[in-house]
Amino acid sequence: MGNRKFKIYRGDNTKGELVDYNCDITEGMVVLDAMHRIQADDANDMACRWNCKAGKCGSCSVEINGRPKLACMTRMNEYSPDETIMITPLKAFPIIKDTVTDVSWNYKQNKKIKPFSPVQNKKNTEKGLVMQQVDVERTQHFRKCIECYLCQNVCHVIRDQGAQDKFVGPRFMIRLASLEMHPMDDADRIPAIKEDHGSGMCNITRCCTEVCPEDIQITDDGIIPLKERVVDRYFDPVMILFRKIFKK
Amino acid sequence: MLDISGIRQIEFDVLVIGAGGAGLCAAITATKESKKVGLICKSLLGKAHTVMAEGGMAASLGNVDKRDHWKIHFRDTMRGGKMLNVWRMAELHARHAADRVRELEQWGAVFDRTKEGLINQRNFGGHRYPRLAHVGDRTGLEMIRTLQDYGIHKDIDIHMECTALDILKDESGKVAGVVCMYRETGEFIIFKTKSLILATGGGGKAWEITSNSWEYTGDGYAMAYEAGAELMDLEFNQFHPTGMVWPPSVRGILVTEGVRGEGGILRNSEGKRFMFDYIPEKFKNETADTEEEAARWLAGDKDARRPPELLTRDVVARAINAEVKAGRGSKHGGAYLDIATRRSAEDIKKKLPSMYHQFKVLAELDITKESMEVGPTCHYFMGGIRVEADTTMSTVEGLFACGECAAGMHGANRLGGNSLSDLLVFGNLAGTGASNYAKQLGAVPKFNEEDAKKIIRNATSILNREEGGNPYLLHEDLQKNMQNNVGIIRTDSELQEGIQNIENLKEKNKNVKANGSSQFNPGWHEALAMRNLLITSEAVARAAHLRTESRGAHTRDDFRDESEEWYQYNIISKKGEDGNMQVIKERRKDPNPELERIANATLEDLEAEVAEERKS
Ligand SMILES: Cc1cc2nc3c(=O)[nH]c(=O)nc-3n(C[C@H](O)[C@H](O)[C@H](O)COP(=O)(O)OP(=O)(O)OC[C@H]3O[C@@H](n4cnc5c(N)ncnc54)[C@H](O)[C@@H]3O)c2cc1C
Ligand code: SF4
Ligand code: SF4
Ligand code: FES
Repeated sequence: MGNRKFKIYRGDNTKGELVDYNCDITEGMVVLDAMHRIQADDANDMACRWNCKAGKCGSCSVEINGRPKLACMTRMNEYSPDETIMITPLKAFPIIKDTVTDVSWNYKQNKKIKPFSPVQNKKNTEKGLVMQQVDVERTQHFRKCIECYLCQNVCHVIRDQGAQDKFVGPRFMIRLASLEMHPMDDADRIPAIKEDHGSGMCNITRCCTEVCPEDIQITDDGIIPLKERVVDRYFDPVMILFRKIFKK
Repeated sequence: MLDISGIRQIEFDVLVIGAGGAGLCAAITATKESKKVGLICKSLLGKAHTVMAEGGMAASLGNVDKRDHWKIHFRDTMRGGKMLNVWRMAELHARHAADRVRELEQWGAVFDRTKEGLINQRNFGGHRYPRLAHVGDRTGLEMIRTLQDYGIHKDIDIHMECTALDILKDESGKVAGVVCMYRETGEFIIFKTKSLILATGGGGKAWEITSNSWEYTGDGYAMAYEAGAELMDLEFNQFHPTGMVWPPSVRGILVTEGVRGEGGILRNSEGKRFMFDYIPEKFKNETADTEEEAARWLAGDKDARRPPELLTRDVVARAINAEVKAGRGSKHGGAYLDIATRRSAEDIKKKLPSMYHQFKVLAELDITKESMEVGPTCHYFMGGIRVEADTTMSTVEGLFACGECAAGMHGANRLGGNSLSDLLVFGNLAGTGASNYAKQLGAVPKFNEEDAKKIIRNATSILNREEGGNPYLLHEDLQKNMQNNVGIIRTDSELQEGIQNIENLKEKNKNVKANGSSQFNPGWHEALAMRNLLITSEAVARAAHLRTESRGAHTRDDFRDESEEWYQYNIISKKGEDGNMQVIKERRKDPNPELERIANATLEDLEAEVAEERKS
């Protein structure tokens, strides 16, 4: 498969440049393999993150030719043999070094979310929670998230508008959705979803869904239903009346 | 002159190194009894090895087959471990696993369900009943995310991308702290602590073909060893029978045993389902001997015996190895694993979604239509830091260990699914053990400053050296050596050669050089890990050389049978007075007679006993 050309960002948040590298490619190699070969032979101190090499841990997120991707699940043969492959860090987060970015903001968002609070009723038994498979499927779908933050990286609210303090981003919207749709969860997060987590900031561009390596239907199955729940609670006159009467 | 007072210091009651399932569980438990709890990890939170686990966690919940009971789980575990497990550890695990799994559900884990709406359980090798609680084939992700999301709301001081270098002790030999380095900045920090829990996982990165990530460099073993602790059973390295073999760049990546649990079968190049030829004497009574019976079992017939593909991992790995050696291997030197003709495409995508995805992207192969090619890959360390079963304390005062880095629970061979439940059970015990120890201690012991200086100087000298060897290439040399000389099938002469090569690599490692600055420098991190890999590899190779029998995952071509004599012994590795590694046989403690009786009972007798117990 021959020798291929790469341009990789080397530097930090203040200064850096695209550096040229070459690497011999063999059958089946993914972009992360090429990065490792370059690191071992020509650039010992080149920073990159990875763990599983199989799309399970969400560590190796970078932009490849401008597209946010997992380096370990991007095969070299997706690109034509004469194409130079450009690898740059995620744009939405501060660069630490080379392709490694500071994603600590995401961990702070998670901490703001009220955790799972199991209902204490007769379905919470000695043998565990009693829930049917069909009722947990939606929650399980969201829990496939590997926290690669590719969706956070492309969401324009975070990336371009810099509204980091107003919106938790798509990753945590689906974490919220997974909790809200958990059949045995007792907490009410709707007020927080509206006020603190900023559900109103999302204008359903679906860019997040497009890049999700786990094919999670972030927007249609997660964010939109949450927005509907917020609307039901705050703006639906029938619901408001209903709650007044029944003091819910 | 290096001045220790210029280095940042933080004080803890309990500090946990490692944020996989074991470390998170230990830290969460420690917050119940201790005020100041810390947790550090080399990667970001949620990325530890645990995230990669696929198949499930074993516990005798009895949700799918009511006949299950801790005693039968215990018996399976002991037999899988070829009776070398620490009896008490296997007992604690089997007794407590079910409670821990249900606790995880209360903390937010959403397992697949049975028809009754309870946690579903799947079949796995060596387990008598469907026993593995699971979520498709991403159980580890479910586990680590649950612990992470629960743990961040407890009072735990978490330091991510922070590498522990070595343990500090006080004058009397008690644990007093640990020197660490932030990967991002290269800054050193000293964590002072009353008790220290190691939950650093394994060391599979010493081999070339491995399912393990860069983190698995045996740091916990090496740090414990340097601190004077005893390591045990390191010759038992599990080679998982089904790693990917093609294309070369993904060689070693795991294919979950869940594929076989869901009905997948192994064939050779002649199309023969060869596992029927490899059923060990001990398991003959419990294994199907015809395809017809295996098919009935898959269809749910409770009287049919299990198919031979679900024998324990050591047996299946050796069988694949033998088929390849006999010239009946698959195209790229493995065996064919077929699920396509066994289950519908829809079932496969539902039960094994990440396998489907992994093969589609990485091997351009549709597992609902074609067979996978698989072969053995280095996967798991049964051996590790020797601990006391109930408290998990090592032979060094104040030093605890749990999870994959601790020894004893799995004996000579681990059953699939028994690791994730091990993390919960012993993570929990470690959190309690370390808290209790910290409480009775009073003040934090005072660490030896000269030791701290030495650790830091050793680390920085790798950067400051004018010139020296490339750490990546040194690592590649070690991997080749372990693969060729300390692999699945071992012999005296190869092991001797392996040990000699390790000695040479140790010399070379003294002059290894990292280029660049101390900021997020993987070359430096690689060089720092080399010492740990070399200590781990040496302990493995020397123990493997000493154990002149084949048992479980340790196979000697020159000593093909289990020996009654060796059943009596563990192998202990320890740093000697002269600084060299001492590797000795040590007589095992006599088992508790009741546990011995259960482990040796026939299945029929034990099932009857359990049924009787339930009636009364
Ligand atoms: C692909 C794969 C699939 C598997 N599937 C299953 C399965 O289905 N069922 C099952 O039971 N088991 C399975 N296993 C085994 C099981 O996942 C592991 O044994 C288990 O997760 C180990 O957990 P742990 O908590 O001991 O360590 P890990 O999860 O590996 O965590 C180790 C932690 O220690 C940290 N660490 C290490 N060294 C240092 C240091 N020097 N300084 C600071 N931090 C450090 C790491 O950063 C990490 O946070 C699988 C393993 C693999 C690789
Ligand atoms: S759909 Fe919403 S969350 Fe997703 S990228 Fe667009 S604005 Fe962001
Ligand atoms: S939702 Fe998808 S894209 Fe976003 S972090 Fe999770 S896995 Fe990544
Ligand atoms: S390395 Fe784990 S997702 Fe790429």
